[in-house]
Amino acid sequence: MPALSFDFAPWRLSGTVVGVLLNHRPALAALGDAVNAAPYKAAPKAPVLYVKPRNTQVGDGACVAVPAGVPELEVGAALGLVIGRSAYRVSAGDALAHVAGLVIVADLSVPHESFYRPSVRLKARDGFCPIGPRVWPLSAVPALDALAVRVAVDGRSVHETSTGERVRGAAKLLADVSGFMTLAPGDVLLTGVAAGAPRVAAGHAVSVAIEGLGALSFELVTEEPA
Amino acid sequence: MRSARVAFDGAIHDAVPHADGLQLADGRVLAEDAVVWLPPVAEIGTIIALGLNYADHVKELSKELTQTSKDEPLVFLKTAGSLLGHRARTRRPVDAAFMHYECELAVVIGRRARRVKAADALAHVQGYTVCNDYAIRDYLENWYRPNLRVKNRDGATVLGPWLVSADEVPDPQALALGTRVNGRVVQQGTTANMIHTVAALIEYLSDFMTLAPGDIILTGTPEGTVNCDVGDEVVCEIEGIGRLVNTLVADAPPAP
Repeated sequence: MPALSFDFAPWRLSGTVVGVLLNHRPALAALGDAVNAAPYKAAPKAPVLYVKPRNTQVGDGACVAVPAGVPELEVGAALGLVIGRSAYRVSAGDALAHVAGLVIVADLSVPHESFYRPSVRLKARDGFCPIGPRVWPLSAVPALDALAVRVAVDGRSVHETSTGERVRGAAKLLADVSGFMTLAPGDVLLTGVAAGAPRVAAGHAVSVAIEGLGALSFELVTEEPA
Repeated sequence: MRSARVAFDGAIHDAVPHADGLQLADGRVLAEDAVVWLPPVAEIGTIIALGLNYADHVKELSKELTQTSKDEPLVFLKTAGSLLGHRARTRRPVDAAFMHYECELAVVIGRRARRVKAADALAHVQGYTVCNDYAIRDYLENWYRPNLRVKNRDGATVLGPWLVSADEVPDPQALALGTRVNGRVVQQGTTANMIHTVAALIEYLSDFMTLAPGDIILTGTPEGTVNCDVGDEVVCEIEGIGRLVNTLVADAPPAP
């Protein structure tokens, strides 16, 4: 768990972080006709969700180990919605009333081509979900679905995108997820990662900045041998 | 030792078995149906679930599918909001045509595990309990299978009734397990048929993710998964671990 507390309820994160795959329209479009071919056989209907478990969650300034034999990791720069009030079957119109605040999340993965049934080993390694540096109230930003997002490596910008062009915007995504599972105070729902996520390697210092929310920093180190 | 967590008279209590039902930590003895049973783990961490971990279940699902102990385990993750206690009711979605139980041995981690070898793995287990890990097959899509909508619905991961400490389970790979629906046996197997044993799973997982006390591994289900309907009483039982009762009810439409 990251050492992350904030100035308003729910005060701390719960340890549950839920991410969403292919919620960026250009990222989905880039798959082209492959979505209709095996093994997928159809474009996704429901949000494609995954869990970043508590062993992945680290705070601002963390050192994240790159496993041996893996040359690079992918950095998914994501906006995290921190839930403030239990959300179950909320409408898109009401959804944001259940959000306490916003936080930057770096959703790290070992790059993989297939979205059919990738191993959790690729997304759930220790340290693969830096979160921080702090949770901001919703009032810190003008609109959730149009924030500039920038990833920098060793101080040099490598990826500039936004929180826009989503298949489901923040409110719609929260509403759809809450259609079958309760999101509880302190849970974090990520609103997805833009196409072309940058790759980083051991030795790199990475920062993920989102407009209005500051920047989350972490370093990549070589994993110690077993 | 066996322990449970129950709600009674406005508070949550630890409880142990008693000839007349169960006994609260404060000494009161109560009947099994006098309390509300909660999942038997107080601080629940990561919930790790296995797909296709019984050779017979693999055969049942597909003739082409293979999964052996040489293959990487098929693991997915769930959240604690999906959990439900013994004797509770699970809401069955109105639009589902195929919702089935899965009787599984649940392993509760008691000691931090990182890069643990199988030979040492069971020393990191606090205890075992029974899980009924319902799946709603109608919602299966081929993206990040099985998606949370199939396996992470509120109240569709039933856990309990007792957490049985590891010292009472000398061999977790020699337990009969099975399911009855309305008294009829629909699923019968043995943990001896697991493709990846409990110890092997702890070795595999702890190689890349640190397991911590309160993490739970749901070790997969044997063959015999059939649809269940509203009103069905589903009883999952594992030899020496417990008998977990659940009833399916209709999911009420959202309040206006």
